[in-house]
Amino acid sequence: MKKTINLNVNGVSHSDEVEPRMLLVHYLRDVLELTGTHVGCETSLCGACTVMLDGQAVKSCTMFAVQADGSSVTTIEGFAKNGELHPVQEGFWERHGLQCGYCTPGMIVAAAQLLDRNANPSREDICHGLEGNLCRCTGYQHIIEAVEYAAKKAAGGSQ
Amino acid sequence: MANKYVGQRVKRTEDPRLIKGLAHYVDDIGLPGTLHVAFVRSMYAHAKITGIDTSVALATPGVVAIYTGADIGDKIGPVPCAGALPDLKVPDHRVLAKDKVYFMGHPIVAVVATDRYVARDACEQIIVDYDELPVVTDVEAAAAGGPVIHDGFGDNIAYRLTSGEGDIDAAFSAADRTVKQRVLHQRLAPIAMEPRGVLARYFPGEEELTLWSSTQIPHLMRTQVALMIGIPENKLRVITPEVGGGFGSKLNVYAEEALLGWISMQLGKPVKWIETRRENIQATIHGRGQIGDVEIGFKNDGTITGLRYSVFADLGAYHQLLTPAIPTLTGLMLSGAYKIPAIQMNITACFTNKMATDAYRGAGRPEATYIVERALDLVALDLGIDPTEVRRKNFPASNEFPFHTATGLDYDSGDYEGALDKAQQIAGYAKLREDQKKAREEGRLIGIGVSTYVEICALGPSQAMPAGGWESATVRIEPTGKVTVLTGASPHGQGQETSFAQIAADELGVNINDVTVIHGDTGVVQYGIGTFGSRATAVGGTAVFVAIQKLKEKADKIAAHMLQADATRLSFEGGKYSLQKTAAAAATGVSEPVVPVGQAPAGALPEPDVEGRSSVSIQEIALAAHIAKDLPPDTEPGLSATYFFEPKNFTFPFGTHIAVVEVDRETGDIEFLRYVAVDDCGRVINPLLVDGQVHGGIVQSIGQALFEEVVYNEDGQLVTGTLMDYAVPRASHVPNFELDRTETPTPVNPLGVKGVGEAGTIGATPAIVGAVIDALAPFGVKHLDMPIKPENIWRVIKGH
Repeated sequence: MKKTINLNVNGVSHSDEVEPRMLLVHYLRDVLELTGTHVGCETSLCGACTVMLDGQAVKSCTMFAVQADGSSVTTIEGFAKNGELHPVQEGFWERHGLQCGYCTPGMIVAAAQLLDRNANPSREDICHGLEGNLCRCTGYQHIIEAVEYAAKKAAGGSQ
Repeated sequence: MANKYVGQRVKRTEDPRLIKGLAHYVDDIGLPGTLHVAFVRSMYAHAKITGIDTSVALATPGVVAIYTGADIGDKIGPVPCAGALPDLKVPDHRVLAKDKVYFMGHPIVAVVATDRYVARDACEQIIVDYDELPVVTDVEAAAAGGPVIHDGFGDNIAYRLTSGEGDIDAAFSAADRTVKQRVLHQRLAPIAMEPRGVLARYFPGEEELTLWSSTQIPHLMRTQVALMIGIPENKLRVITPEVGGGFGSKLNVYAEEALLGWISMQLGKPVKWIETRRENIQATIHGRGQIGDVEIGFKNDGTITGLRYSVFADLGAYHQLLTPAIPTLTGLMLSGAYKIPAIQMNITACFTNKMATDAYRGAGRPEATYIVERALDLVALDLGIDPTEVRRKNFPASNEFPFHTATGLDYDSGDYEGALDKAQQIAGYAKLREDQKKAREEGRLIGIGVSTYVEICALGPSQAMPAGGWESATVRIEPTGKVTVLTGASPHGQGQETSFAQIAADELGVNINDVTVIHGDTGVVQYGIGTFGSRATAVGGTAVFVAIQKLKEKADKIAAHMLQADATRLSFEGGKYSLQKTAAAAATGVSEPVVPVGQAPAGALPEPDVEGRSSVSIQEIALAAHIAKDLPPDTEPGLSATYFFEPKNFTFPFGTHIAVVEVDRETGDIEFLRYVAVDDCGRVINPLLVDGQVHGGIVQSIGQALFEEVVYNEDGQLVTGTLMDYAVPRASHVPNFELDRTETPTPVNPLGVKGVGEAGTIGATPAIVGAVIDALAPFGVKHLDMPIKPENIWRVIKGH
């Protein structure tokens, strides 16, 4: 009944046998022990489970691991490179874009995606880009400022 | 003491692990052989259980055990309620339903299996037979009679209470005019982004149980769960790893927490339960849930003579930890920021077939502020004066503090007019009113709402708290010069790992990176009360501050001994005791650890050598105190101090929020044009964190004012059971906030800190609702109940 899947996660190849019904988020968390990706609603509404799948931000709580077979996944653990924070991570730290931190990994992935698509977003663009991610702590203002920081940083601007 | 850190926008020390995805919430902790628990919960709001068939589920491969209410019997004590009120009816609240279910989501059966998928599958195989019973969902109907929820109580009224001071009848007789309004505070779901969760591990040899729980109150939970499951309190350790938000919903002791601990003891294995979001909305406490009438008497010049609030409080089916106490907090704050000679609150608190209500961010105080601020708006409307005018008319002056209210409180300090002035100035209030007038002439619907709130924080004096209102701290300088702060507060996003480190670093004159703040582990922190009621910094931070002063008293003596000087001649600056205040010591700013990591000699620690020196660092003193070869006579070795801070009063932060909205005539949609908030939370340790608290609170207010509502239908079915139906604000719903502050330190604690965690949810709701209602003034609207959805507005505009 189990099926073998092959994925590249954060630059590392994995081959595992999983039940076809196993959700991608549980594969990442329980099998690969990458627990930075969180589960907040199991219905794709809160965005805490957002990961990058072949360059697209997806909700890993409503996708089966077998559907990701052959794909390349980046989770929050793969965002910092060689000890350097991703500009979005840096923005969240600099601008106090997180409090409890539970939504943060998904927010960072979604924010990175929106900056991939639009390097110089307006406040409205940012809000639209984060539509799929809920935060209950920050009131979003500092998250929006964090994304603005990251956009400037990525463009080589000073803060 | 020179402040290098306190008052600065210091970036949080807790953030790196969180932004890298390397932090650990309960579900991130994996123990070998962990079993998973899932619950069968009632699909009915009120029913008799006539049978439970678990046979098929038990035979499912991977299912390890199944427990029903009958299996548990009296082996686990009732779910605790700490709200002691005269003649309070307390239903027997067991961890699993026995003969009856009382609300949708009531846990009936716990299934333990080798993995979470199997556990949930097995739940589907369990057949529960129900005989439905009449359902009571409306709180006023519950009070009026009809079906009784808990047999033996005779009715559904949990308690009645009248509170307040002053001659209320005389106050209304003295009034020239009165206004009265029926007001709803709808039920809300707290929706912490991390649902609840518990991991329990029993060590049979040691007879010790460890509970990792997503809670705001690890120590209170340890005491309560120990009593519930009959394990000695000192054999139970509660650890709160990262907690993904609480907002009061985790200020509780839930059935699942005790049950998981008990199951682990039965099976001798680690067991884990992680709440699903559906369970979270069904079976984690709700907030608010009041409906009542407010009546206010006033003179023709706007002077308030009295206020009366008669309210039905919807408690739900059972009491959780503080359920019955929440409406009484409303009664405490009914004077708002005003001089009101007589106040009366009449509470009728009722059982309904719903989940319990309890503390949700603000916990009874947002209701009070909303009532008072709505009433003041109605007075202004009645007199045809500006809402700011009626507020100014009734403020106590800043020299009238401590100010006694007719609700029995003594407000510590305040300058309400100052905050209102500043907010009006930032908003350009006069111009806003002119613009509004012009816009109305053009047919645009622009509204301005004002709230001049006061809140009660830093909970609180132990006299007023069910289980102690103090907070503890231990501050220790390790032999290597690193500073460890243990706090009984249990922050979960508020950032006290940073703000307490700021306090410690400044007071000890060390680098903030040399300070580590430890919390949320009953095995490490001796005792604590927890984080709720905007108390962590005001009460817990003060405990840290005073513990450091105690530690320094000892360090003073050791310094004098080491420098062979009179202690009174020493000055302490930049982490160094000096014979004279030397420019060098002050310039370096902070002292550095004596034993840098990686350079320490193996084995013996170096003895500080102060021969011929005129200064010694606090870290050298710590090392000397630890090595203890040459201490002043009768000095205890080691350098640490513990302090339990007992506040003598609450604190009363205040402020003014001004919201400006525009309503779309065609769709009823609401757009924020401005949002100005001037908050006064006393002295500010970290402005960055304070801004974050205010933003978050305001957005939860926006949720209450415009979107959120827990809806049960008449059968007690939860209609808003997922995040698809329960509308939490998203980024596109929030305005760009314009924040400022005034700073009126509290005399209640030496830090001058008042607390800010709930300011936003208390101050903002009336401003937002006031703005929407003001926008609809051309239609003669004086009040609309929350949540004010576009549909409600559209109906007003279209006359439906």
